[in-house]
Order: sequence, then C-alpha cells, then structure tokens
Amino acid sequence: MKKEKSGRLKSVSYSKYGLLFVLPFFIAYILFSLWPLISTFYYSFFEYITRNLRTSVEFCGFQNYRNVLGLADGERAYFLTYLGNTLRLWILNFIPQVLLALLIAAWLTDNRVKLRRKGLYKVLVYMPNIITAASISLLFYALLSKLGPVMSTLRSWGVIGASADVMTSKWATSLTISFILFWMWYGNSTLLLIAGMMGINASLYEAADIDGATGRQKFFYVTLPLLKPVLLYVLVTSAIGGLQLYDIPALFNTGTGGGLIGLPDDTSTTVTMYIMRLHASDTGRAAAVSVLLFLITLAISLLFFRVFQDDRGHHARLGRASRRGEKEAQA
Amino acid sequence: MKSDLRELRRRKVLRNAVLIFLCLLSLLPFYLMFVNATRTSNQIKGGISFLFGASLSANLRNFGDAQVGLGISVLGAMLNSFKIAVPFTLLSVYFSALTAYGIYAYEFKLKKFAWGFIMAVMMVPTQVFAIGYYRFMIQLKLIDTYWPLIIPAITTPAVVFFMRQYLQGALPLEIIEAARIDGSGEFHTFNTIVLPLMKPALATQAIFQFVFCWNNLFLPTLIISSSSKKTLTMFVQMLTAESFRADYGVVFVGLAITILPMFIMYFILSRFIVEGVSLGGVKE
Repeated sequence: MKKEKSGRLKSVSYSKYGLLFVLPFFIAYILFSLWPLISTFYYSFFEYITRNLRTSVEFCGFQNYRNVLGLADGERAYFLTYLGNTLRLWILNFIPQVLLALLIAAWLTDNRVKLRRKGLYKVLVYMPNIITAASISLLFYALLSKLGPVMSTLRSWGVIGASADVMTSKWATSLTISFILFWMWYGNSTLLLIAGMMGINASLYEAADIDGATGRQKFFYVTLPLLKPVLLYVLVTSAIGGLQLYDIPALFNTGTGGGLIGLPDDTSTTVTMYIMRLHASDTGRAAAVSVLLFLITLAISLLFFRVFQDDRGHHARLGRASRRGEKEAQA
Repeated sequence: MKSDLRELRRRKVLRNAVLIFLCLLSLLPFYLMFVNATRTSNQIKGGISFLFGASLSANLRNFGDAQVGLGISVLGAMLNSFKIAVPFTLLSVYFSALTAYGIYAYEFKLKKFAWGFIMAVMMVPTQVFAIGYYRFMIQLKLIDTYWPLIIPAITTPAVVFFMRQYLQGALPLEIIEAARIDGSGEFHTFNTIVLPLMKPALATQAIFQFVFCWNNLFLPTLIISSSSKKTLTMFVQMLTAESFRADYGVVFVGLAITILPMFIMYFILSRFIVEGVSLGGVKE
C-alpha cells in the first residue's frame, strides 16, 4: 500500500517529462501533416488561374469538386474514372493475393504435414516486397513490351499472334499491373497470416482432433474465424495502400512526355497519378481530388475500427468458448 | 495406416512443389534481368535466354554514354538516396522510441489522448495531404531541398506503435526507478539505459524505414526538381525516356544497377526482415 502511494507521487512529479518526450512528435505532426491536411481542404475551394505568368486565386466554392466529378459543363469525371482504374487494379490483385496467402500460411503452419526449408520459402516468397517498386515496374515493362524477350519468345512459339501487345490492351495492361502488385505483396500477407495463425491457441486444434475434425474442417471452423482480426488488418492496410497506388502504374506503360497518362487510353491512370499531374498547374483541382481520396480512406478506416471493435466482442466470446473447450477436453 | 502415410507424403510433395514454383517465380524476373543485362539489344529482341551473354561491358559502356544527358549518374542518384535515407532512418527510430517511451513510462494528463491520436493517424497516408505539404514547402523556401523528405521522419506513427508494444515486453519500470535512485536524469536514462535495451526493435524498424525511404517515389517527385538532386527512384523513372527505350541492353543493365543494392541487402538481412514483418502485424 505504502509503496503504491510513493509510486504515484513519483509519477506526478515526473509527468512533465512524459509530455516533453512526446512533444517533438506532436509539434512535427501538427506542422508537417495536420497543417498541410487542413490547408489542402482550404485550397480545394479556390480556383487557380494562370495568365501571362501571373496566377490569380479566387474563391470558387465547390467548383473544383464539381469539375473533377464531371458535374460541371464540359468537364469529364476524371476523379471517378481514375478511382475506377485504381479499384480495378487493386481488386484484381487482392483477391488472388489473400487466397494464396491463406493457403501458403496454412501449409507453413501445418503440424501434420511438416515441411522442411520453411525459412527459405518465407525469405524467397517475401523478397519482391523489399525491392524498389519503380525498378520492378520498369523491369516488367521491358520484359513484356512488344519487342521485348517474353513477347518475342511467345510469338515464335505461336502462343500469341504477330500483332499481340500487352501495352495496347486495357485488360492485359491492368492484369499485368495487378500481377506485379500480387507478386510483390502476397509474401507480406502470408507472413502476417502466419503470425496470426501461430497466435491461435493450440488446444483448440487438440480439441478439434479429439472430435475427429479433418484438416479442412479445422481450417474453416477454427483457423478462419479466429484469424478474422488479422484478415481485416490485411484487407484494410491493403485497401488504403491500394488507393494510393502510384509507383507501379506511373512507370508501367505510361505515355512519354511526363504527362503521367496510364496507357492505353488513360485506363491505367490512378488517382495519385492524377494528383501528381495537377499538383503544379492546378492546385485547387489537385486539392479537391486529395480531399475526396482522404474522405474515402477515412471511411474505410472507420468501418475497419467498427468491425474490429464488434469483432473484439466476438473474439472475447470465442476466447471464453475456447477456455470452456479446454475444460471440456480435460474432463 | 500405410495408405495414410502415403497420403501424407503425397501432400508433402505437392506442397513442396507449389512452394518451390513460387520461389522460382520470385527469382525469375530478376534472373532474366541479370541475363539480359549481358546480352545485346538484338539478342534480347530475339527472345528469352537463360544463359548469360558476353555484352555486359558493352552495355555498361552504352549505359554510361546514355546517362550523360540526364544531368545525374546512377551512382550520384544512389548517393542522393543514401543522403536522404540515412538521416530519415535515424530520426525516425530515435523520435519514435522517444515518443513511445514518453507514453509508456510516464503518467501525464494528455497521455490517453496522445496515444489515441497516434493510433488514429496511423492510417492517414501522405498522399492525401501532399498538395498542402507541397505549397507549405514552397512558402518555407524548402522546395528542391532534402529537408522536406527528411523532416517527416520525426512523425512515423506506425513505428511509435511498434516501439510501445516492444517496450511493454522489454522494459520493466523498476529499471527506470533504479536509475532515478542512482541519480540519473530522465533524458540521460532514456539515452543510456532505455535505448540500448531497445536495440532489437530499433534495428528492425531501422531496416524497414530505410527501405521505405529508399524506395519512395511519390514525395521526391513532388519536391525535387533539379536533375543533380534526383533520387534513385527518380533516376529509374528517367530510364523510361525514349533515349533508353531504343536499346534494351542498356535498360536492363541500368535496372540491374538500381536493384542490386536492395538485392544484396535483402540477402544479408533477410532473416531479420522476415521476423520483423511477422512482428509488425496486429497483436492482441
């Protein structure tokens, strides 16, 4: 009792250090993240017109938003087009990514079918994630361009026609970009899912074994439900990262001249490429696009936290159930 | 029983085969890149080869000639990336550790709010406030300098989160009490006792922060405009120019040079990295 009291006294006298230690983070965050975020909102309500090298700035209400959403006369809904492109590229990569990651994670944590060389498999499967995305993107571009080695080998084998070209086909380009993403990220998801699977109480599997459950049943009725928080985490981080997709589409099959147009016909341009394209020439419009992207990101995170919290309750229930299962197994 | 064993072996073979295939898939593009870096442009246009050619030195020479017009060499760009990534990494792990320690070891009024705030902003990506950041840096006259690429290292919420989790497991508060009794100042305690105890966490996070900064393309593109200051990723972007597209050998040799440092680093540190990714996931 006495010790506790003196401890509290100490913590009071030292409290200013706690504040002092976290202060640099908060000052820097307010200056270099929060203020830019607020000013981005502010800029999105102004029109920037450059005439004779002079830029005039005028308040324009929601005009920038109407422009990028295609609601104003003569404006195309670029934001929606590019958001659609971004989502297409992300979904085509995410679904196979998470399925393959689940399969491999289950294999690498399987206690019945024990594999050797697990460490080596993990190292190699994760490797593409570390290598510079910009270089990887250009590498695939060079390999798959019409005169490149892969296409010419396929042509000489007669697998593809003489005029076949990844770079002029919307779907071939999208699928290639999504493949690069998938190839770079499934290893990362696998490692996260393995960590999640290792965290599952082994006694649950023992109980399932006693009940005569097959490997498949154990996966679907024990592993998968208990893995939900990790799966959600993988989904949300991937979705938020996917919305900011820049490096790979910016270097794979883009128009020359620095216009940042994702070929063919603007179908692989992402939202962040649009922001980059506008950032120097039309601050207002670029800011409006950023704000819309921020709102979507925010909505996804909020949804995540809600589901996650609901899931916490669910998890606690499962935890109790598992303890009960343990007791039953002992009995 | 015997058929059970056979079934088990059959599965093992299948799983090993799939995993070996995936490992080869990870390596194949890089292998083809290194092979093509040693072949002439015409050989490359002729199709895939798994055997190394004899044109590495010619390709390197042509690459050297082609990069003259860019205003920066690949080694210069690498040095620039290094100049940014090293201070970025040091600032990031030091200030994240400091912030995490402040929240972990002390009781203060806004502690709950501070932690909640860090958790909340963990998911906010740089790209959504890049426009405001760009304008702000113009106002501060820091555009086209490395400062805007280094300073944000002080605020990396995900690293703070990781460090706090680590402290909970690795630093009993009694140690700090003991240091106080010995007359150690709070800041001194952090630098001489807490930081050394956090070495494994600092090392893991340093690797990831370095890799993140080294591979970043979006922010440097926004901030840097002089050719002489361009980073390695910006150099890669310049390889898409028409002057390079003409000669495949040059493109592949250029790519090989840009990828080599990360490639070597990964195979030296892969064990740490794979462990670090597993630790970085959600923990309950």
